[in-house]
Amino acid sequence: MKSGKLFKLYIAVFLVFLYAPALLLPVFAFNDSSIVSFPLKGFTLNWFNVLWETEALHTATKNSLLIAVSTAIISTSLGILAARASSRYKFRGQKAVMGFIMIPLVLPEIIVGVSLLVVILQMGFDLSLWTIVLGHVLICTPFCVAILSSAFLNLDQSLEEASFDLGQTKLATFWLVTMPLVLPGVVSSMLISFTISLDEFIIAFFLAGTEPTLPVYIWGQLRFPQKLPSLMALGTILLILSLTLLATAEYFRRRSARKTGIEDAGGFL
Amino acid sequence: MSGFTKWRRSEEASGWLLVSPTLVYSILLLAAPLAMVIALSFWTQDYLDLDKTFTLKNYVEAWSEPIYQTLMGRSLKISALVTALTILLAFPVAYYVSFYVPQKRKPLWIFLITIPFWTSYLMRIFLWKVILGYNGVVNGSLLGLGVIEQPLSFILYNQNAVVVTLAHAWVPFAILPIFVALEKIDRSLLEAAEDLGDGPLRRFIRVTLPLAMPGVVAATVIVFIPTIGDYVTPRLVGGPNGLMISNMIELQFKKANNAPLGAALALSAMFLVSVISLVFVWLNRKYLVGQK
Amino acid sequence: MTDPIIRLSGIDKFYGDFQALYDVNAEIRTGEFFSLLGPSGCGKTTLLRTIAGFEDVSAGKVEIAGQSMENVPANRRPTNMVFQSYAIFPHMTVAENVAYGLKARKMPKDKIATEVATALKQVGLEGYGDRASHAMSGGQRQRVALARALVLKPKVLLLDEPLSALDKKMREQMQSELRHLQRAVGITFILVTHDQEEALTMSDRIAVMFEGRIGQLASPQDLYRRPVNRKVAEFIGVMNFLDVSLSAGTAGTFECEIAGLGKAIIPAEQAPGGVDASVTAGVRPEMLTILSGENARSEREASGIVEDVYYYGDMTYYDVKLDGVDHPVTISMRNTAGRAVLSRQDRARVGWGAESVLLLK
Repeated sequence: MKSGKLFKLYIAVFLVFLYAPALLLPVFAFNDSSIVSFPLKGFTLNWFNVLWETEALHTATKNSLLIAVSTAIISTSLGILAARASSRYKFRGQKAVMGFIMIPLVLPEIIVGVSLLVVILQMGFDLSLWTIVLGHVLICTPFCVAILSSAFLNLDQSLEEASFDLGQTKLATFWLVTMPLVLPGVVSSMLISFTISLDEFIIAFFLAGTEPTLPVYIWGQLRFPQKLPSLMALGTILLILSLTLLATAEYFRRRSARKTGIEDAGGFL
Repeated sequence: MSGFTKWRRSEEASGWLLVSPTLVYSILLLAAPLAMVIALSFWTQDYLDLDKTFTLKNYVEAWSEPIYQTLMGRSLKISALVTALTILLAFPVAYYVSFYVPQKRKPLWIFLITIPFWTSYLMRIFLWKVILGYNGVVNGSLLGLGVIEQPLSFILYNQNAVVVTLAHAWVPFAILPIFVALEKIDRSLLEAAEDLGDGPLRRFIRVTLPLAMPGVVAATVIVFIPTIGDYVTPRLVGGPNGLMISNMIELQFKKANNAPLGAALALSAMFLVSVISLVFVWLNRKYLVGQK
Repeated sequence: MTDPIIRLSGIDKFYGDFQALYDVNAEIRTGEFFSLLGPSGCGKTTLLRTIAGFEDVSAGKVEIAGQSMENVPANRRPTNMVFQSYAIFPHMTVAENVAYGLKARKMPKDKIATEVATALKQVGLEGYGDRASHAMSGGQRQRVALARALVLKPKVLLLDEPLSALDKKMREQMQSELRHLQRAVGITFILVTHDQEEALTMSDRIAVMFEGRIGQLASPQDLYRRPVNRKVAEFIGVMNFLDVSLSAGTAGTFECEIAGLGKAIIPAEQAPGGVDASVTAGVRPEMLTILSGENARSEREASGIVEDVYYYGDMTYYDVKLDGVDHPVTISMRNTAGRAVLSRQDRARVGWGAESVLLLK
């Protein structure tokens, strides 16, 4: 069928468009030329060595990791509370409250960055890594709520009732039944928020004090053409890291679906 | 049992108690700062001193100065183009995955589509510069194929480059809601339409598309609103005529040190995109009666 | 043991403005197999959950073994539940599931092991202890759920539509197994079901519920033969309704004229709910006979035309339009040797007796 072939061709072209930047990243990371452009010159691992020797990069990485880990823990904790409240209980104003918590999902990040900047400066606080964490938790929480809500909704409520009926306390029920069954959701929520925070630039740029995060550092370096190949190498490492984390998150999410006996239906978002 | 103890044990109370930490966080770090920005937009700043007398000066400036008008108009235009392009690119892909890919492989496809999104945001934009640049991939390939003799210069450092780059960044976010909406369509409805005499095209227009509209609307909102806030893409690939309102907002908050004007610009931009989105959602509701 | 094991007095239950239970009163006897029967949404599951302690009562009192259950949460009530979805913990083995409640009681490990083994044997799952619970079939999960509850030796076992997820054959097998199990352990069972046949075959007594109220609480036989009103009569089995006009009878009887059948004198015990202006006559299909052959005789006779015939092999059901009545009545006949099956439009002689008629409000 002709139309079917055209359709497949479109999908192929689309995938090329989609993957073009991601595929170029490793190409230039291993290209033996200080100019990031075609034609390619040869293979080198030099740009990775450069990364190894750049002190400022290491500091920025440490900052970013600290922020990302803190963000993952805090936003997942907030996500657990909100997801549990929305999936297990009915209360007046529930829709409005949940809608409000999810707003950052559709809010331009510049608005989040700007408004937090204004408040922090007005309150007389200094900008630091922690101010970035505040912003990142705000934008990551909706993602966590979405992931965890589906984990909690997949959980048959009568399992908790059964545990309670069999004589366990509510707290013990939470640890013995609820947690083990939603744990994969919790892990995938942590990994997603970690990944988002690690890569976030717009808010970090507004809220960073003297200590840069990794994206803020990269932004600073993009101005210097001679730094570009090593940035490509850095990007390659980050891409592999993100993919590993996401694959892990997906693995845990599916295991959760299997454990609770629910047929697997889709992706993360 | 007293009234309070009873309330404390009720579902209502448990729900509120559980949601309250998250809610308080959102109020303190979202609602309060937004309120602050709104207040700020009605004040004035003279270097480091903040004059807290109420004034509309910032809004007057934001809405009347030609430079801001130009930037705002251009930003809305670019956001609209990005949204349109994104949806047009995304719909066939979502349709393909929903209707042509076997059930078992769907999660894998969705995963494949979201992967490029996890490339470092800055790198991704920068790489479009490499792709579209003077010695870039596109020019290189076209030269190599002998299609052109001189590298094309109109593809980078202008609004087209901004639109393409942003569309690329947002397309997974548009595919997902449309895909979900398509997945929800009961396949027997399509068979019914065919059985009642519709050809493939009429069936698509009369059944598939109306039922997929909620996904399209969601995708539109998800893409259109945040796009206005991007200042990295215009800065990297937009050139002098590709800058957007966010670049100006950033400038006001950072270098120009006029936060009140920046706030007024940011809120005006927010206001405009929200109103446009709401009108879009409302039109859809109105003309697609019987949909939830 | 205390009798009754459960006393429900004046129970009301509200969800916001919606009232799910209206002034429910009942006593459930120690060791009986009790069923809550009714259409979906009648409040039977809500009532079960108030006994289990998952729902607070809005008014009234639940007493179990003479103790008020006010402020006693589900985990401290002497009841255990078999859930409709079975609620088998998917991340535990069969044995871990059964041991769950014993661990909560801090029973020593070796004792738990023997108790679990006994319980599994009781439900016919000997040797299944190490199986992963999510790999079990529907019927097996049901048994795990039973073992998990029974191992705690509750005073009352609550079963929330436990058979509804099973296929017909499995369901019938489990019905008889449940009955045997209940006799063997001697524990009071309260079963929620919407399946009247299931309730009739399994229970000692049944409470039929409609719209949050108990319509009738009686043994299966009384429920079938002496329903107190039209609603109960319609829900349990098939009942034909015919208009009736009453004239005063002698003491303890009603003299009536039944549309399509004729005159009869009905003793008051055949009007278990009393009579008023809205009363109708109810006749079960098997209480009417198609008289075939010259010699067939009955106490009383009416006649009509066969409208439809449903042949079931062992039985034949007829829709017969009695002379002078608009809607047909259903008559069931056993297909004994030599008995002819009538065809549509045949004229039929219908035999009946005064003892087969109920007066229902």
